[in-house]
Order: sequence, then C-alpha cells, then structure tokens
Amino acid sequence: MNRILKSRLLWPLVALAALLLACTVRRPDILGITVLDGHLFGAPIDILRNSAPLLLVALGMTLVIATRGIDLSVGATVAIAGAVAMTFIASSPDPGSVGTAVGAVVVALGLCLVLGLWNGFLVSSLGIQPIIATLILMTAGRGVAMLITGGQITTVNSAPFAQLASGFWLGLPVAALIAYGVYGVVALLVRRTALGMLLESVGINPKASRLAGVKARTLTWTVYALSGLFAGLAGLIFASNTMAADANNAGLFIELDAILAVVIGGTALSGGKFNLGGTLVGVLVITTLTLTVTVLGVSPLVTPLFKAIVVVAVTLLQSPRLRATLAGLGRTRPQEVRA
Amino acid sequence: MTAATPETRTAAAPPARPGPHPEPVVSMTGITVEFPGVKALDGVDFRLFPGEVHALMGENGAGKSTLIKALTGVNPVAAGSIVVAGAETRFTGPADARERGISTVYQEVNLCGNLTVAENIMLGSEQRRLGGLDWRSMRREAARHLERMGLSIDPSSSLDSHSLAIQQLVAISRAMVVEAQVLILDEPTSSLDAGEVEQLFAVMRRLRDEGVAILFVSHFLDQIYAISDRITVLRNGRLVEERATADLPQRELVSLMIAGKSGADVSEARPRGERAARDPEAGPLLRAIGLGRKGSVEPFDLELYPGEVVGMAGLLGSGRTELARLLSGADRADAGAIEFAGETTRLRTPRAALAHKIAYTSEDRKGEGVVGDLTVRENIVLGLQAARGWMRPLPRANVDRIVAEYIKALGIRPANPEALLRNLSGGNQQKVLLARWLATAPRLLLLDEPTRGIDIGAKTEIMNLVSELASQGMSVVFISAELEEVVRLSDRIAVMRDRRKVAEIDGGEDVGVPQLIDLIASGGQNQ
Repeated sequence: MNRILKSRLLWPLVALAALLLACTVRRPDILGITVLDGHLFGAPIDILRNSAPLLLVALGMTLVIATRGIDLSVGATVAIAGAVAMTFIASSPDPGSVGTAVGAVVVALGLCLVLGLWNGFLVSSLGIQPIIATLILMTAGRGVAMLITGGQITTVNSAPFAQLASGFWLGLPVAALIAYGVYGVVALLVRRTALGMLLESVGINPKASRLAGVKARTLTWTVYALSGLFAGLAGLIFASNTMAADANNAGLFIELDAILAVVIGGTALSGGKFNLGGTLVGVLVITTLTLTVTVLGVSPLVTPLFKAIVVVAVTLLQSPRLRATLAGLGRTRPQEVRA
Repeated sequence: MTAATPETRTAAAPPARPGPHPEPVVSMTGITVEFPGVKALDGVDFRLFPGEVHALMGENGAGKSTLIKALTGVNPVAAGSIVVAGAETRFTGPADARERGISTVYQEVNLCGNLTVAENIMLGSEQRRLGGLDWRSMRREAARHLERMGLSIDPSSSLDSHSLAIQQLVAISRAMVVEAQVLILDEPTSSLDAGEVEQLFAVMRRLRDEGVAILFVSHFLDQIYAISDRITVLRNGRLVEERATADLPQRELVSLMIAGKSGADVSEARPRGERAARDPEAGPLLRAIGLGRKGSVEPFDLELYPGEVVGMAGLLGSGRTELARLLSGADRADAGAIEFAGETTRLRTPRAALAHKIAYTSEDRKGEGVVGDLTVRENIVLGLQAARGWMRPLPRANVDRIVAEYIKALGIRPANPEALLRNLSGGNQQKVLLARWLATAPRLLLLDEPTRGIDIGAKTEIMNLVSELASQGMSVVFISAELEEVVRLSDRIAVMRDRRKVAEIDGGEDVGVPQLIDLIASGGQNQ
C-alpha cells in the first residue's frame, strides 16, 4: 500500500480513473465492450486505437528526453510520412494492391528513419542544442510534406493500407496492436539489454559517462533515429485513418502532447531516469481527456484549455524553485549566491 | 618551520611600497563567515593598502573566495568589521561595491563577446543624451580607458575578435571605468600564456603606480613573486600570515599554505617489503615522451611500471590533474607520444584509454564520477557495461556477484546494491567509483584526489587498498593535495609546479614532506 502511495504514477492514475468515472456518470454504459462481427467495440477499445499514434510518438520522445534532449520535429515527421505514403500509392499503377501498400510503408518509414538520423547528427556530432536542432525539421518538415503532395490534400483508395487504422485482427484494432506491440518490444529491450541504464547514465551525468567509456554519441544518435521511425509509423496510422495526406494538419502539435505525456508519466525534462510505464499512463490520460470532453458535451474548443491546465500544474510541481519555496515557506529566506 | 600559529603572525608590517597614503584603503578585522555547519572564515584580518599588489594565497577551501565575497557583500558576514576608506561599510552586493570603488574581475571573462569593446567597457555606465545613448561620447570614453591600460585596439571592434588576454584586459578596463580604488583579480592568469601574463602584469603595475590597490589571486608561485608586494596566507578559514613578499621565501610560503594538513591516519608507511622490486629487465607499462597540452601542462616525460605507486606532489593548479587527464584520454594531448606496453598509442578518448585498461577517477567526484540517480549496482557495473556496449548486457547473475564482491571487499555502506548513489556519503561514493574501475581490471589506475573530502576512516581504507593493488602488480598514479599521503604511499614521486613537472624522486623512509615542500618551492632547481 505504501509503495502504491509513494509511486510517482499515483496521481496520473487517479486522474485517469477520474476521467473515466466522469464519463460513466454521464453515460453509465460507456465502458462496456460489445462484440460485433467478431470485432470488439466500445469506448475502451476506441481509447486504445486513438492512443496509438500518440503512444508511438511519446515512446520515442521518452528515450530522447532521457538523454537530456527533446525532439520537436515529430509532428512534421508525421506529416511527411503520410505525404510520402499517400503520394506513393497515388502515383503507383495499382493503388489497391497489397504490394503498393507495403511499398508505401517501407518508403515512408525509410525516409523517417533518415530524418531521425539527421536530427541525431545535428545533436550528437555537431553538438547543436536539441531544441534548436529539431526545430529546424519542425519548421522545414511541413514544407517538405507540402512539396511532396504538391500543396494538395492527396486522397487515395487502398484497401490494404486502410487496414492500418481501421482494420481488426484477433478482434482488436490493428493500429492499437501495432503501437502497443512496438511499445512492448521497446519496453522489453531497454530493460533487458543495457540500453536503459546507459541512456540514463548519459542523461544524468554526461561527463561521468564519458569518463566511464559510454558511447554517448552513438546512443544519442540511436534515440533520435528511433524517434523519427516511430513518428513515421504514427504518421502512417494517421494517414490510413483518413486515407488522405494533409501536410498542414497531420500530427499538428503532437510533439506537445507527446512531451506532455512523458512529463505526466514522471520522466523529468532534465533527463536521466525515464519511465516508459509512466509514458503509457500519460498517453492514456491525454487520449481519455479528449473522450471525456466529448462525452460530457463540452465544446471541443475547451479541450486545449484542459490540457493547458494540466501542463501548468505538472510543470509547476516539477519546478525546483516552487518546491523549494513551498518547502521553505516560513523558514529561512533562500540565500542568493552570485559567482 | 612548519605550522605558524596565529600567535606567531607578524605584527602590523608596514606596506612594502610606502605610498602617499599610509592608511589602508580596505581593512577587514575579525571576519567570520558561517555556512550551515561550516565556519568558512574564522576571525580573519585582512588589510589592503593603496598602491600595492596584494596576493591572497591558500589551497582549496582555505577561504580565499569567501573572503573576497565577504568584502564585496556576496556572502553575509557573521562577525567582524569592514572599513573602507576610513568608514565602516557593509556592501549589499558586487554592484554596490563597484559603485563605491571596489571592482572585481573574475576568472572567466564575464563579458558579451558579440558586443563591441566599447560597449563592453561602458555597459552599466552608459552616457545618455536627449533620452538616447550618446554613442560618440561613449566610444571616446572607452578609448580613454583603453589608453590608460596601454591597449591600442579599436573600441568599435567586436570583443570576440580579440585574444583571451585582451578580453581579460578589457574586463579590467571595464572594472576601472568607475575609477575603482580597489581592483580584485580572481585568478586572472589561469588561461593566459606567458606573454599574455606579462601584458597583464604591465597593466597591473601601471595601475598600482597610479595608487590603485590590487588584490590578486593566483595559483602560480612564479607570478606571485613577480608581481606582488605583499602576501596574505589563509588556511582552513584562518589567517596564517601577512608579510611583505620580499621577506617571505617561497619555501616558507608553501609550507604555510599546506603545513598542518592532517593526512590520513595510516599507521605506518607502506612496508618496504611490499613494494615490488622493479624488474630491471621489464620495460615500463606506460611511457610518456614529451607529452603535453597547450594551456594545460607543459611537455613532460614519465615512466610508469607495474606494481608501482607513483605519487604526484604539487600545489593546486600545478598541473597534476592535467597530467593525469592526458594519460587517461580525458583530455587530448597536442604534443608528444605515449607508449603503452611497448607500443606507441594515441589516447584520444577515455574509451580508448579504457580499451588499454587505463582507468581514471576524476578529482571532481560529483561532476565527473558519480551518476547520482543510478543505483550502487548500476554505478559499479557502468564501466564494464559501457565497454561491452548496450547490446550485450552483463548476465544478471554476474552483475550481482561482482557487485556483492566489491561491496564486501571495499566495505561500502550501506551494503545495499539498490541504494541510489547520491544518498551515500562521500567516502562510500568514492569506494563505489573505485569499484567501478577495479571491476574493469585495469593495468594502470590513475587516482586523482581519491581521498578528498572523505572521513579519516575511509581515507585509510582507500590508501591501504591502493597499496594492496600495487603489490598485486597494478600500476597506480596517486594524486593528493595532502603531501603526507603521497609520501606514505609512493614508490616514486613526481613534483609538479606551475604546470611543469619539475622533479622526480624515489620514495622511501628517507623522503619526507619537508623535502617535497623544498622541491615544490624551488621548482626542483636544487636537485
């Protein structure tokens, strides 16, 4: 019991439960799951499916943040992935074939991996601050996507590609299976290999890690590449959902949601210790938030406000100065030390 | 001739350079500064006369910075009085002190590189006209200050375009804009080369002759004797001596700075029998030939043999750390070569050195050693795991065995592998770091201040461990500010001074701290 109370995930989990509770108060049957044509349907399944792209992006973001970095370019990468896939399918002689769909996925993911490697190069080899390095692709990326789609919203018909977002397998949505599958593999990988420990070591104390012989540069490069790859996968799911490439709006502000999910999950933006379980909870909170707002009949226009309140609360609680001020209230005035 | 107690302190010596003002411009009496749990300064007296360069000397933690900060109002003073120009004063901060004629120039140049020289000089003393800035008169004013320094550079050139030494002089020009009576220079020479230092000294002499009182902090003994008129020595927050430079021989100065430091309570010196007799046939494990790095340590030769402890003796900033960093790949050498086990090799990164089984513990335990948020277990295996790469994790059973072994062998407390390292005491953190390196089975172990800031018990344990490792055939370099420790452990001692290796002597019962002090003070010239 004590361990549960001390867990950093306590409050995010409470928030998640509260959001779901608010939904059931309004519509008591909302958490029910029905079976239709061998597929599962219901709000919980919707949450799983809708959370898929954000989970993928937040997964990459967690690893990047662990190394003291940040990846602002994931939203643009999402748009590029969609643009590439849609354009590939549209320009192929046989848009409806499985081969075309697979080709689109491979080409899109390959390009996104290159974009991630580019970010990694800027950060680890050129030593550019992560926020600046990824800002380049964040702003330029949507332009690249526009270039690919020729400024149009490209729409295609490809039944195999549509399966990514709307298909079901073993009764579950394919999008959710992909995202949670990748999440599971990565979660296993970081703790079963030494990746997690070495990433944390670099994030906590880069100088000590260097002296200990940790290959910080390779590790940094790897996490940015993974972040690009996962964002590309998220972009494919987005594109498959609408079967259209919208260079301007696909994945808009998803980088902020991803960062928020990471922070809610208890991984500090200052790097070091990271918590993939926490990131999952953060993603579910954010996805459920959208559902709750809809169920409660609140205008979707207010959703950003709710998110903003959560962001402010979390950042305030993380701020060392606020904590010190709260802890030190009534005690000695913090001494100002100037060099 | 060792510890001078406060009672034997020279009584009110006259200023070495009798100026027109015999009264001190700054007079601090009985200054005590307390930090939670520590008395950083304890009843220190300090006087500064117009027209003198006054060197403030002391090892790390002696209280030099604290004294400066007490004067300029950064640190609150618990007891004592500060009299400036005849009036009792307490400054509220450096800005206040600056307005009242006491300017400070810090070690790092605190200027804006992307602004012009003139803008940097006049920042904070802007001249206004009609609500805007009067650029023309500011440039003229800046040019006047530069001329006073004897600097002929274009005031409208960008500060970035000048060398570090010029930037340092611009910083001083900026300090003198307020017509400062007192100029505090906190290690201004630490990143300058010999010619640049001379340029700085010329300016300092010029200002001194104008009647400015200069407080000078530097770790370089040669510089202190070249420029200063008087010396105040602090040790452990207390005043030990104030004397004219001409009356204070270097040997005495060194011994005043470090004498009385308590070494670890090692019951006896390393028994002679345990010291491995060097096999005259076998070559050295590592041979450094003319190894050096500009601005860090002058080229040196050094040979390290298996089973031998080589001590490094020297004052703070003498280059002992820099030498170890070159041998460990932490810094890259730009001159000379290294032969390891008979083969010429380049150690460009710590990783490359580790591949040769060369391990280095930094003197900056917190900044460069401890990974605080990881557990004791993770910290111990970090070096081993880093060498294997992330894809080949050490089997958990091996990890647990290694960790348990070292926790037991080094007596790490608490003996909990899952404890976060930052929650351990300094001594136990040091042992964990030692375990990290020992786990990689190094052939050469470079220990930079492994005993700093840890309690006597842990010190003794670490020193006994070093001795044991050497007798098992490891080559060890031992750096410590505490000369007694160096003397007790070392088979051979390299003496460093002013970034040069000046001497090398064999250790043994007949070598003592006084001999090392002589060598440091004389720069090895008597040998």
